[in-house]
This record gives sequence, structure tokens and C-alpha cells, in this order.
Amino acid sequence: MGRRMDPSRKRAIRLTVALTAALLLASALIYTSFAAGRDELTASQLLKRGRAGATYILAGTVLDNSVRREGQFLYFRVRDPKLHVSVPVRYTGEIPDPFAQGRPVLVDVQKGGPTGWIGQTNSLTTKCPSKYQAASGSY
Amino acid sequence: MAVVGRTLLVLAMITAVYGAIASIYGARSGRREFVDSARRAMYALAAMAVIAFVILDVAFITSDFSYNVVASGSSTTTPTLYRAAAIWATQQGSLLLWVMLLSCWSSLALFLTRRRVREVVPYAQAVLFGMAFFFAGLTTLFANPFDTTSTPPSEGAGLDPLLRHTTMMVHPPMLYSGYTLMLVPFAFGVGALISGRLNAEWIQVTRRFALAAWLCLGVGILLGARWSYTELGWGGYWAWDPVENAALMPWLAVTAFIHSVMIQEKRGMLKVWNVSLILTSGTLAIIGTFLVRSGILSSIHAFVSDPTLNISFVALICVMVIGSLYLVILRHQSLRSDAQLDSLFSREAVFLFQNLVLIALAAVVFWVTFFPLISEAITGTQVSVGPPAFRPFVVPLALIVVLLSGIGPIIAWRRVTLAKLRRSFAVPVTVAVAVLIALRFVSGVGQHLAAYLMFGFGAFVLTSVVQEFFRGVRARRAMTSASVPRALVGLIARNRRRYGGYIVHAGVAVALIGVAASTSFQHQRTATLKPGQSVRTDGYTFKYVRATASATAEKISFGAVLAVTKGGRPVTTLRTSYGLYPSLDPMHPIGRFFNSGSTESQVGLHSGALRDLWVVISPNIAPLNNEIDKGDVVLGRAIIAAQRLPAAQQAGQLNTIYALRDIAIREIAQHFVNHPWSSQFLIEVSPLVMWLWIGAIVAALGGLVALWPVPPRARVRLRVAAPSAAPADALTMGPAPEERERELV
Repeated sequence: MGRRMDPSRKRAIRLTVALTAALLLASALIYTSFAAGRDELTASQLLKRGRAGATYILAGTVLDNSVRREGQFLYFRVRDPKLHVSVPVRYTGEIPDPFAQGRPVLVDVQKGGPTGWIGQTNSLTTKCPSKYQAASGSY
Repeated sequence: MAVVGRTLLVLAMITAVYGAIASIYGARSGRREFVDSARRAMYALAAMAVIAFVILDVAFITSDFSYNVVASGSSTTTPTLYRAAAIWATQQGSLLLWVMLLSCWSSLALFLTRRRVREVVPYAQAVLFGMAFFFAGLTTLFANPFDTTSTPPSEGAGLDPLLRHTTMMVHPPMLYSGYTLMLVPFAFGVGALISGRLNAEWIQVTRRFALAAWLCLGVGILLGARWSYTELGWGGYWAWDPVENAALMPWLAVTAFIHSVMIQEKRGMLKVWNVSLILTSGTLAIIGTFLVRSGILSSIHAFVSDPTLNISFVALICVMVIGSLYLVILRHQSLRSDAQLDSLFSREAVFLFQNLVLIALAAVVFWVTFFPLISEAITGTQVSVGPPAFRPFVVPLALIVVLLSGIGPIIAWRRVTLAKLRRSFAVPVTVAVAVLIALRFVSGVGQHLAAYLMFGFGAFVLTSVVQEFFRGVRARRAMTSASVPRALVGLIARNRRRYGGYIVHAGVAVALIGVAASTSFQHQRTATLKPGQSVRTDGYTFKYVRATASATAEKISFGAVLAVTKGGRPVTTLRTSYGLYPSLDPMHPIGRFFNSGSTESQVGLHSGALRDLWVVISPNIAPLNNEIDKGDVVLGRAIIAAQRLPAAQQAGQLNTIYALRDIAIREIAQHFVNHPWSSQFLIEVSPLVMWLWIGAIVAALGGLVALWPVPPRARVRLRVAAPSAAPADALTMGPAPEERERELV
């Protein structure tokens, strides 16, 4: 028969194990968050930092009167919400129902051609204007 | 009536202030009549909120556009049921709904506890009044739904097409009920801490509200998932969107609470943990509400950012967090456990471990959801994090939760012997191992380790639940000689909490098996097809048979009919459509449907026990652009000319133009049907999705069983039958049938 462990020592061991597990989980979580996170760039940031070949998340608002459909392509401009700067995007793939001019969007883009940006297929995310719209209808 | 509504809101605020002051004064002075008066004030507040809500909803139903909120959120073309539901699609209306639900649930809680936990109730009452004051104040001062205009428009903006879904009737009220119900145990937890009455009594009186909050929030999440599944662009049934996570976090916390309170009731342990959990759940409910309304995080659900509301919510959350911490630290001596954990191989240890995992899950969801803000504060750049950041943590933690939900019900309290362990685990473990071995021979399953393990763990949970029912029925039949169905019904009816919980476990296991299968083995494909062409996905052939179109004043709809076959045999016919809703642009009578209005996709869905076939069309309407532009120019000019006519002639002329417009729109729609050009389709074949819904419904039913009140007569009978404490030896094994009955009380 083995000697029973002192209860306070047992508690201390359990606490140490639990805290170690929590610490490991927290460290892994922080690391993964930074590793998995991708910068969202506005139109002005994209124009400054964008390089050919790299993929960026473009965030902004769809410029009014810029939406045009030609065949399978959707053309629109994404505006910097704070500055009067916008970039043209040519997009193919799934168009979320909420997509419309004036609405905030996120789209993965790559530089294509001298001035334009090519949206990655099925990467367009549009905020749903489902609730709590401002009285003016702006966001 | 708007004046009445406004007055009621102001009165509600005043009542809340009176109620809070009277409650605290009554508690401090020992004058019970003030506490009773405050309780009645809560009933009055609930009545005011209900009347105000009804006034506003009648305005929505009757399309009274003198109310600004009705003009911006509804229209005469919105179907009546959606007009009734449009009230909670607006910031103002949803805040009023919050006040109404909170005051109603609070009234119910205070009514049920009017003769119980007398030291705790006054402070709990004050907290509930404080919450009611906060939301009534927001509604009255910053988002008043009764603001009116003297020049109402002839037509409203209408309810967003994406919200015209039957789920809209139930999903938001269920979520709000979950959030508001969560504040009842929160308030009683605070009351217990302030009054120092920290035994299990406050938990017993509010446990049902925690369970109701869990159920409502769970059903709300389920309905939202189903809605997302049938709505293009909302990321399938779960997208780890901040708004979805806002409901998930308090649900996880209250799930942990529902389990850990059993340990406090049984063994007097985990007092600090329980009170902290319920304070956390309540705070997370408010954080969830804040997330939904603030727009501080990028979400596929957009919400306007209102600085006044944001500051108010942040202030409330700070008060809740700091106040909770202060009270727990203040009372930590009184929150010491009455007993210690005897063994790691005991039900309480399993519950505790499961609690830790659930809270770890909630913490992971919280951290990753708020990470964009944290990152922006550190690096200055907002980042996007999506499912890849959640999965490495959520998947293993979910696997552990499922496994523990199978172990918990069949392991004994306090400690377990090897013989008992073998007796309880032999069948479930054998079945789980057999399932895992069988699945090794199913092609491809073993390559998805998480899904593979989920199937095995799910089998383990289901078997352990069936085993518990089997043993319970057998014991009951031995006592009563009843038939199997009668014994089963009697077993559940006499111990609803326990067996309701088992049903929940089985439902969750089935639902997660559906999630594992549909996420790991889904086939998705985008295809551009002309009528007559087909595409193959996962052995199924999808043939674009013909185009469809319809045109009404409400919307133009372009669609497709697809025939699905497998191995040459017909499986089903899918119909999908893409609706275009008009904007209020009068100068583009036709283009207003195509260029600036809202859109809505109708998914073609064939649900089966083994797999779902899902398709959605993205019609190519570019070839119609010339016709649309021509129509706009001709009709636009005609409208301008008509508007210059004298008023008497103007109406007649405009009616003629609108009739021509409607003909033109129908012609354009018909052109799409006769067109030779191609459209794009998104096709998905997902296995076992139906089991997600079935499992979730089973879990909800289990929750209802657990929540259903025991008849007063049975309660009295059981109180008489049950001794004050169970003998220690009875706790070392799975509870005997007669002991199980005691858990009812």
C-alpha cells in the first residue's frame, strides 16, 4: 500500500498542471492569432504598399456608381472610408447578396495590370445591412 | 399614439429608478413593504414596456410612416408578417424589445421568488431595475422609436430582402430572450454576494432561468445557423462571424454553469467558480449585445456605429466587470468549498474538467473575435482573422467536451471502483471502438482525424445515454411492473432534469457528428453553364435544364431549374433564383431594380439523411443592360414630362407610364428566359447536414424536458420522501432510481 499524498500537495500539483495548461493554451492562441491574422488595407494603404504578386485584403466601401457587370466579371471601385481615394477591382465568383454600392466590403486582391486589382475568386465579403441602419442609410 | 409611447418610456425609466431605490432602502432598513412595492413596480414596468411595444408594432403593421423608424424599416409592399417582425430589425425597436423582454422575465423571476431568498431578492431586484433603467434610458434618450415626422413619406424604405425569411419572426426574439434571461441569475448572483447568503438556495431559485437562457440562446443560434445556411454570402451555417460568436460565448459560459451548479448542490463545492461563471455569463450577454450593435468589429452583419451607444455599453460592461470582481474578492472567505475533490475519477472531477474546457472554448472565441481590435491597438493595423484562427483550438476542445459529455453521466460521484468503471464503460467503449474500426474501412474517413474521432466519441456518448435510459427503465419496471413505454415516460417525467440533460447530450453529439461530416467531406464547385449543359460533383450530375423569371412590383426574379442525377438515375430537381428589389430611384424606373437595389438569392436545396444538395445561381444579366438603359431613358423622359403637367392630368399620365414600365420589365424578364447566354452556379454536396439540425432539435427538446416544471404535488411528495442528505455510500456509485428522484426537488 502506497502512502497517501498530502492533500495540500495534491492541490498544489493540480493547480500547477492547470495553470501550465492554461499558459500553454494562451501562448499558442496568441501565436496562432498573429500568424493567422492578415492585415486589412484601405485603398490608400494598398496604393502605397501594394506590390505585384502579393495578395492583400482590401477593406472599404463600394464607390457609388462604380458597379458594372460584364459577362462573368464584376467591376467596382473600393473607396477608402476616410479619404477620397479608391481602387478599381475586377472580380469573379460568388457575389454575396448584400453586395451593393455604398456598402462595406472585404476582398482579397492581387495587383493586375498597371492600375487595376484582380479580386480573388469567391473572396468577396459584404457586410449585411440587416439591422440598425443609420437614418441616412450610410454606414 | 406616439405621445403615449414616449410617455410610457419616460415612466418606465422613472419606475426603474424608484424600484432600485425602494429595493435597496427596503433591504437596508428591513422594511419589507418597500421591497414588495419595488417588485410591483417591476410588474408595472413590464406592462408599460409591453404596451409601448404593441403601439410601435401596430404602427409597423399599419405602415404608419409618420414614425421615422417605420418609414426607414418597412413599406406597404412588405408582407404583413414581415412588417410585424420589422420592429426588431431597427435599432430603436430592438432596444424596446430588450426592455420588454427584460422586464417580463424579471417580473416572472421576482414573482416566483417573492417568498424565497428574502435577503437576496432586494439586491437582485435593484440590479434588474438598474439594467432596465439602462436599456429604457438608451431607448428614451438615444434611440427613441417614437420619434415622428409631420411630413410622412408616402412609402417606406422597406425591410431588407435578406430579412424576409420566416426565421426573422423567431430568431431575434429568441436571442434577446436568451440575453435577458441570462441577467436574472446574474442579478441573483450579485444579490447573493452583497447579502452574503451564499449557500445553494439562490442557485436553486434561478437555475431554471439559467436553463431557459441556455435554451433560448441555443435555439436562437440554431435558427441563425439554419438561416445562414440558406442565405448566400452569410458563410454557411457557421462562419465564426463576431455576431455569431457574440451569442456563442455566453451560451458556452452558461452551459458550464448548468453543469457546475450540480456540484455545489450535491457537495457544496465550486462556490467561487459558480458565482464567477454566472457573473461572467451575464457580462458576456451584455458584451454580446454590445458587439451586435456597436459595429466595432468587421462582421458580415453590418451595424451602424453609434458613439453614444458604444460609450454607454462600455461603461456598463466596465461596471459589471469591476463590480463582479470586487464582490467576489470581498466574499472569497464565504465562498470556500464545503468539501474537497476526492478523486480525479469521479463525476465532479469530470464536470470540473468539462467546465474548464468549456470556459477555454469561450476564452478562445473571445480572444480571436476581439483580436482585430487587440492587434490594432498593438500594431496600428486592423487584421482579419477567420476560421483558420479558430479551428486549431476549437476542434480539439470540442472533441474533449463531447467525450466528457459521455463520461459524465455514467461515472459515479466522489470516487469510482474499477468494477463499477468496467460495468459503466464496457458497452459504450466497445461500441465506440467498433465504430472507429468500421470507419477505417470507409474510404477517406481516416484521413480527417478530427472528424474520425468525433464519430467515435459521438458513438460513445449515444451509447452511454442509451445505456442510462435502459438501466433506468429496467429499474423502474422492477419497481412498478409498467410496460417499457410507460416506464420510459415515467422515468423522464419523474426526473426531468437528469434525463432531459441526457437527451441534450445525445442531441449535441448527433449535431456535432453532422458538423464534423459536413465540414470535412463537403464538395464545393463553381460552374458556368448554359441551358442544357451539366457539371459533375461528388458523383452527382447537375444539369441546367431551363431559365426562369418573374416580375412583380416587389421584385424581379431570375432563376434556373436544375435536374440532378446520379449514375443516370434522377435524384431531384432543384430550383434556385436571384431576386432583385428596387431602390427608390424615380429617374431609373427599370434600372432601379438592377443597379442600386437590394438582392436576395433563393437557394435550391435538397436535404437528405445522408447528404444535402445545395445550389445557387448568379445570373448573368449583363446582356440585358442595353434594354434596361433604353427603358430608363425613354421612361425617365416620360416621367419628367408628366411631372410638368397640371396635377389633374399628372396622375393619369404617370399611371400610364407605370403600366408601360411594368410591361417593359416583364418583357426584359422574359428575355432572360429565352436567352442563350450562360449563368454561374455555386454547387455544394455536403454529407449529414440534416443530422446537425436533427441533433440540435433533439438537444432543444431535452432542454425543454429539463426545464419543464415538476407538478407541485410531485414536488411535495418527493420532499417528504427525500432525506436531507444522501448517504455517502450511495454517492460512490451511479445513483439508485429512488435517489435519482430526489434530484427533482
